[in-house]
Amino acid sequence: MLPNILSVVTFLPLVGALAVTLLRFLARADDKPAIDRNAKWIALWTTLITLAVSVVLVAQFDQSNPGFQFVERYDWFAGATYSMGVDGISVLFVLLTAFLLPLCIVASWSSIKERVVEYMIAFLVLETLVIGVFTATDLFLFYIFFEGGLVPMFLIIGIWGGKNRVYAAYKFFLYTLLGSILMLGAMLYMAATAHTTSIPELMKHHFDPEVQLFLWVAFTASFAVKMPMWPVHTWLPDAHVEAPTAGSVILAGILLKLGGYGFLRFNLPMFPHASEVFTPLIFTLSVIAIVYTSLVAFRQTDIKKLIAYSSVAHMGFVTMGIFAGNAIGVQGAIFQMLSHGVISGALFLCVGVVYDRMHTREIAFYGGLVNRMPWYAATFMLFTMANVGLPGTSGFVGEILTMTGTYSVSTWTVIVAASGVIFSAVYALTVYRRVVFGEMTNPKLMDITDLDWREVAIFAPLIVGTLALGVYPKLVFAVTQASVDALVSTYSAAIGG
Amino acid sequence: MMTDLSSALMICLPELILAVGAMLVLMLGAFGGERSTGAATMFSGAALIAGAFAAALGPHGTLFAGAFHMDQLAAYSKVAIYVASAFAVVMGYGWMNRSNERKFEYPVLILLATLGMSMMVSAGDLISLYISIELQSLALYILAAFQRDDARASEAGLKYFVLGALSSGILLYGISLVYGFAGSMGFTQIAHAIAAGGANHGVVFGLVFLICGVAFKASAAPFHMWTPDVYEGAPTPVVAFVAAAPKLAAMVLFVRTLSMGFFGAHEQWAQVLLVIAVISFVVGAFGGLMQRDVKRLLAYSSIANIGYALLGIAAGTQLGVQAMLVFMVLYMIDVTGFFACLLALARNGRPITQISDLSGLKGSKPGIALAITALSLSVLGMPPFSGFWAKFYVFKSAFDAGLWQIAIAGLVASVVAAFYYLRMIKIMWFDASPAPVDGSPSEARWIAFACALFSFPVVLIALHFLDQSAGLAAASLGLH
Repeated sequence: MLPNILSVVTFLPLVGALAVTLLRFLARADDKPAIDRNAKWIALWTTLITLAVSVVLVAQFDQSNPGFQFVERYDWFAGATYSMGVDGISVLFVLLTAFLLPLCIVASWSSIKERVVEYMIAFLVLETLVIGVFTATDLFLFYIFFEGGLVPMFLIIGIWGGKNRVYAAYKFFLYTLLGSILMLGAMLYMAATAHTTSIPELMKHHFDPEVQLFLWVAFTASFAVKMPMWPVHTWLPDAHVEAPTAGSVILAGILLKLGGYGFLRFNLPMFPHASEVFTPLIFTLSVIAIVYTSLVAFRQTDIKKLIAYSSVAHMGFVTMGIFAGNAIGVQGAIFQMLSHGVISGALFLCVGVVYDRMHTREIAFYGGLVNRMPWYAATFMLFTMANVGLPGTSGFVGEILTMTGTYSVSTWTVIVAASGVIFSAVYALTVYRRVVFGEMTNPKLMDITDLDWREVAIFAPLIVGTLALGVYPKLVFAVTQASVDALVSTYSAAIGG
Repeated sequence: MMTDLSSALMICLPELILAVGAMLVLMLGAFGGERSTGAATMFSGAALIAGAFAAALGPHGTLFAGAFHMDQLAAYSKVAIYVASAFAVVMGYGWMNRSNERKFEYPVLILLATLGMSMMVSAGDLISLYISIELQSLALYILAAFQRDDARASEAGLKYFVLGALSSGILLYGISLVYGFAGSMGFTQIAHAIAAGGANHGVVFGLVFLICGVAFKASAAPFHMWTPDVYEGAPTPVVAFVAAAPKLAAMVLFVRTLSMGFFGAHEQWAQVLLVIAVISFVVGAFGGLMQRDVKRLLAYSSIANIGYALLGIAAGTQLGVQAMLVFMVLYMIDVTGFFACLLALARNGRPITQISDLSGLKGSKPGIALAITALSLSVLGMPPFSGFWAKFYVFKSAFDAGLWQIAIAGLVASVVAAFYYLRMIKIMWFDASPAPVDGSPSEARWIAFACALFSFPVVLIALHFLDQSAGLAAASLGLH
């Protein structure tokens, strides 16, 4: 067993980023193509090694242990500790992050031509920060990773984004920062009253029920923006539309999951009373998100914006499942997050494929792609269906479990939410029909080429992931079971139910 | 406490080194003229470094009937102040060489101002407090107007002088009231008087004036009016000096005066400080939004940061003081780096002043652009940069002291301030460059890189060390 495996998996990408930086400064400046090529390869190998280490991590993970494993703990600064650990809830998110990053690097292989070195550095730093969020078990260490991720994402959107990128980057940054700052205030308060900054110890600490309400609101302000929940979701479509393809994949695939993970790590175990009080509010917001954003998605003319709105709708299922507060709902929420990470990432990559060729994301521009790109059509079809929640794909399992879990708590919520499933079928199939089927009327599309080997290499693991999780969801549940059961039993004990 | 002469001299050895050093450099310049500027600079730098070692390693004690305290707090502050001053001397020399204004008075004045600050952090009664503030201020007024031919520099110096004189008057008025009602100048005696008779209205009245006077020097709002103008007009190396060391000196002076002399009136002065702190970070956050000049922007940023530091003092706890000390040192490093970056940049021989001049810096000067980015993010309080730890620490102490409403207001203000730091980053990285940037002088570049590196998490080990020494320093005040 590797010593300090969590620190290794967290900081490996940072080492890669340093290597790329060194390369940038040591290499002769006039040999730009070689520098760019080497930067790409270093980045790819770093992310692949990180993936390998995280696979080892998951393989060594003891599934029957509900607590934190691979724990590391050192004293640090100002009362905070450097402590890391993973439990059944977080370990798979580490794997998801490590899984998506190599795909992002490959997806940017030829579409990023400007400032390649900086781009790779930004992605590697981002990977470290995101993995760190899932492995940190100290309040402030968590905050550092959580907040630090804003900077590379701000740069990724702002430097390599589309036309309106500056506005989008600002909106993304300030929206998230305002939410996080309130969370920092709550964290400082918790550290001051509970006299500890360790997350496992804080889970055992009983906060005064009235105080819980304030803390809950502060944490939710941060996680709801990240998630994003209606009505604070408006930064997401802008950010997605302007971000480069790989940026969108990271954003939808991983960064949105930080919100749900935060709810599971903080709101539910630490503020059970407040969670119970606010559950109707969350259910209402989730249902609005599911129905309203599905309708909004239907009216979009930009494919990326459409997928962005559909992400908001799918995250509605996650919040609903989490605050159902029972094992089925929480399991479903975790599953939904993992599955959405794979599916939405794949969908953004699908958009990226045609965007790289045609440089537009207008739905009306396309049509009849199946005639020229049969493989692409099949891939896009699979992920569209998975997004809709077709049985056999991972999208189905998450939706059905969150709804089953919530049904026993609030029947009406589920009845309304279920209509969202139909709406999602409406918009997803409509966009698929308009882009892929029909006559190829636009003459510019005549020479469009099908997937090349590089794109096949990107999509193959995603397809395998979606189908494997859809057919055999126990892959996930076996890992999450023990921790979720522990979480749910303390939660229901705390609210006296 | 009776001490014989030689041990007394050892206790104030850092000050002696500076005072004697300043005189020697003055003689050197008087006889050598402009040719000796290089030697004067070297000698001043050496005096500052020697002073820093003397402060770090020398004996501690109280001198002159309690007028001069040399303890951990003073030692910590002195080392930080001397090092910052040494950077200012180096930056100023490079700047003088480039602008053909080799004047040996520059290092002399820096040494004298540093001597003033050094006594500020050791001041143990109201007389030494006033004298040290004046020594520091007078040297700074001249430095601000150092570029005599430049109208804006002269304006900055004049404005600084007039407002500074006003604040000195307010300070003296406060001192006279405190003396009248407490019957003594020494902090310990004042503390006894307050303990015996309670904090009567006269003492509190005088104390408020005293606080206002020092707040002027620290550029806390609403006494901040001189700051943007002086920052804009004065030569950049001078601003780098004014923006860093005097702030720490004023803060330590605050802490020592308030906790040694007036701790019995903690409830009263904490209220005053909290009001000043809130106004400062609100003014700093909103005032910066409209600025086009980089140095004016940094002036507002410094006003906001003084507000955060005051939060640590207002907490009135040992942790608060420790947090403030860590905060100020990290802030000094960031701000020195910032001005070093500005010094390192010029277009067609003209120094960069407008924020828009920074546009497209990523292309022409990626290293400097990276440094400014790191420093901006650090001052903005973004984890994992050092500025986050600074703010985090201060807010933590405020929360521990139960000031959580104010701390939340400060957190929200820092989001507003984030906007202007981000704009700077945006202009550097996202916008196109209009014209090429001149080659940058090496000394400014190295200082910029060193400071930027310190704001990176690479040196969290250094933070640990800083935290420990600040803890020792804060403990010497005997708070809880």
